[in-house]
Amino acid sequence: MNENKQIHDVINKEYKLGFETLVQSDTFAKGLNEDVIRAISAKKDEPSWLLDFRLKAYAKWLKMEEPSWAHLKYPKINYQDIAYYSAPRKALDSLDEVDPEILKTYEKLGIPLEEQKQLAGVKTVAVDAVFDSVSVKTTYQDELEKLGIIFCSISEAAHKYPELVKEYLASVVPTVDNYFACLNSAVFTDGSFVYIPKNTRCPMELSTYFRINALDTGQFERTLIIADEGSYVSYNEGCSAPTRDERQLHAAVVELVTLKDAQIKYSTIQNWFPGDDNGKGGILNFVTKRGLCKGDNSKISWTQVETGSAITWKYPSCILAGDNSVGEFYSVAIASKSQQADTGTKMVHLGKNTKSTIISKGISAMRGTNAYRGLVRVGKNASNARNISECDSLLIGNKCHAHTYPYHEIRNSSANIEHEATTSKISEEQLFYISQRGISEENAIAMIVNGFCKEVLKELPMEFAAEAKELLSISLEGSVG
Amino acid sequence: MKNTVLKIEDLEVSINENKILKGLNLEIKEGEVHALMGTNGAGKSTLVKTLSAHYDCVVTNGVITYKKKNLLDLDVSQRANEGIFMSFQSPIEVPGVNNSYFLKTAMNEKRKYAGLEEIDAMEFLKHVKEETAKFNIDRKLLQRDLNDGFSGGEKKRNELIQLLMLQPDLILLDEIDSGLDVDAIKTVANVINSMLDGKRSILMITHYDRLLELIKPDFVHILNDGKIVKTGDYSLALELDEKGYEAIGIKDESK
Repeated sequence: MNENKQIHDVINKEYKLGFETLVQSDTFAKGLNEDVIRAISAKKDEPSWLLDFRLKAYAKWLKMEEPSWAHLKYPKINYQDIAYYSAPRKALDSLDEVDPEILKTYEKLGIPLEEQKQLAGVKTVAVDAVFDSVSVKTTYQDELEKLGIIFCSISEAAHKYPELVKEYLASVVPTVDNYFACLNSAVFTDGSFVYIPKNTRCPMELSTYFRINALDTGQFERTLIIADEGSYVSYNEGCSAPTRDERQLHAAVVELVTLKDAQIKYSTIQNWFPGDDNGKGGILNFVTKRGLCKGDNSKISWTQVETGSAITWKYPSCILAGDNSVGEFYSVAIASKSQQADTGTKMVHLGKNTKSTIISKGISAMRGTNAYRGLVRVGKNASNARNISECDSLLIGNKCHAHTYPYHEIRNSSANIEHEATTSKISEEQLFYISQRGISEENAIAMIVNGFCKEVLKELPMEFAAEAKELLSISLEGSVG
Repeated sequence: MKNTVLKIEDLEVSINENKILKGLNLEIKEGEVHALMGTNGAGKSTLVKTLSAHYDCVVTNGVITYKKKNLLDLDVSQRANEGIFMSFQSPIEVPGVNNSYFLKTAMNEKRKYAGLEEIDAMEFLKHVKEETAKFNIDRKLLQRDLNDGFSGGEKKRNELIQLLMLQPDLILLDEIDSGLDVDAIKTVANVINSMLDGKRSILMITHYDRLLELIKPDFVHILNDGKIVKTGDYSLALELDEKGYEAIGIKDESK
C-alpha cells in the first residue's frame, strides 16, 4: 500500500534538537576508577564527606550486577568506554561570562537564561541550565533567596548548605538501591538542589534543563528537592541531546522529600535523542526517581512525558510514609522507531489513609516497544490505603509492542485497590475517516494521540503542556502502517 | 449550459489486486442528483471510495476530472477540502476525540484551504445550533467523542450534522439509509433536499426505494460487473423495484 510509504515519511521527521554546540571543553579521558572519582570531586572542590560518600558507593557498585529484568534489549554497556566528566572551559559565574555558544544553544532550545522583569499575570520560570557535567547558569536565585528558597546546583549546595545535603542525600534512594543509582552516587556531576522553607509557596516554576553535548560522555545528574512543612513547589525538567550514531548513557537520581503538609509537583518532558530508525544512536536513559512523603498530609505528584531516548528505564515512585499522604503518577511514554521504554511507578503505602493514583498512557509506533511496570505495595500498618491505577496502551501500526506488568503486594486487608487496563489501536480506517473531513493525516494522528493522553497532559503546567503536545505530534505524525 | 462537476472516463480500479471497476464512465453536472444501483459486489462502494482516495482502491487506468482538476493528483484531505464529502455506510468510532472539536477543526481546515479566516468556538456553536435545530437533530451528540458508542442511527445523524456544517459541493452517500427507521429516513431526505440549491451535486448509493422516492434523482445508473450498464431517469428505479434485476437482463451474482 502506498499509504505505508507516506506514513513512513511522516514519522521520520527529524529530531529537531539534534544539533551540536562547538565549545571548548574539559573532558576526562574515558574510564572509571577511584582516581576518576577523586578527580571529579576535586574539580568541584568538594568537602571530604562527599568524596567519602562517592568512594563508598563506588566500592559497592563494583560488587553489583547490572539488572536484566526489564523488557529491554541493548548491547552490554562498557563502563570503561565512557568519559565521566565534561565541562565547557570557561569560568561561569554570571551570565556575561557564559560562553556565547552555550547561550546560543539554550536560545535555540527555547530556554530563557536571561532574567526578565516580572510582569503581573505572566508566570516566570526560574531555570538551572546543566550542560554536560556542570550547571552553567541558574536564574532568579536572588529573588528566590529573599523568600528563603534555595535553588542552585547540587555542587553549590554541597558547599553552601552541607547540613541539608548531608541530611537528605541518599535518604530516599539509598546508594545501593540499584545498580544505576549506585553508579550515579559514585560519579554524579551536577543537577539541581531545591529547598523550600516552611509555609512558603514558591512563586515561580522552577526548572532544570539538561543538555548532553560532549561525545562519549555520560551524564549523571543528581537532583534533590526538599519541601519543608506547609510548603509548595512546582518543578519542571527538560532534556535534549545532539543526534549521534553513538549511544550515550544518562543515569540520573532524583530524590524528593515532603515534610508535613508540603507538596511537590514534579513534571518532566523528556526529549533525549531517540536514535535512528534502526536503533542506532540515542540516549540510554536509566533513571531512579523517588519521592518520600515523609510528613503527614503531604503530597508528591509525578507527571512525565517521555518522547525521547533509545532506551528508557524509569519508575518515578512515591513512598507514602506520612498519614494521609498522597502520591500521583501521570505518564505518557512514546516508543517509536526502534525505541524501547520500560517505565512505570512504585507506590508504597506505609502511613494510614494514604492514597495513590496511577495513570499511564503508553504509545507504541513503528518498531517501538513499550512496557508499563508498576508496583502497588500496602504495608501491614497502612490501614485504609487506596489506589487507583489505569494503564492504557495505544498501538500505531503492526510492528510495535505494548506490555503491561502490574504488581500488587497488599498486606493490609482494609486496602482498596482498583486496576484498569486497555489496549487500542489507531486504524487506517479512522485516519481515512478523519482525513475525509479535510483534516490531514498528520493532524488526525495528533488529534487521536492528544485525545488518548489528555488526562495526563492536563496535569502539566500550561507552558509545558503546549510543548508536550507539539512534541507528541512530531514524534508520531503519520505513524500508521 | 450547466458546468460539469465530475467526469469519470474509462476508470479501472483494483482492490487487493482484484479488478472491481472495469472501464466506468460517468458525468455529473452542477445541481444533478445521480443514484447508483446494482447488485452486491457490482462496485458501487468502490466507486465512491475511489473518488475519496480510499487507501484500498488502486486506480489502474482512466481519468477523473473534478472541477477541471485532475482528481487523482489530490490526497484524501485535499479532495475533502475541495468539496467532496463521503458519508460512510458505517461511520468509524474514534474514542478520545471530542466530536465538536473534530467538527470545528474540519470546518477550519476547509476554510484555511479556501483562504478564509478560521471561525471561533462561539461562531461555531451558534452555527451548529441553527443547523441542527432546523432538522430537529439532537445536539448532545456533539458533546461525546467522535462516533464513540453511538447507535447506528446516531452515527448517521452525526454524518448529517457534518454534511450541514461542511457544505460540500459533491456529496457521496454510501447507503446513508441503511439501518434507519422511516422517521430517520425522512430526516435524511429533508437534509439532502435542503442542500439541493441547483449547484451542489449528489451521487448516492441505495437499495431502498423509499429514499429515492423522497429525494427523486435526476439519473439512475445501474452498475454491473464494474461498468454502468444502464442509465435512465427515476422510472428506472421504479421498474427495478417492481421487476428485479433479472427482468432488465442483469444476473444477480450474489444470489
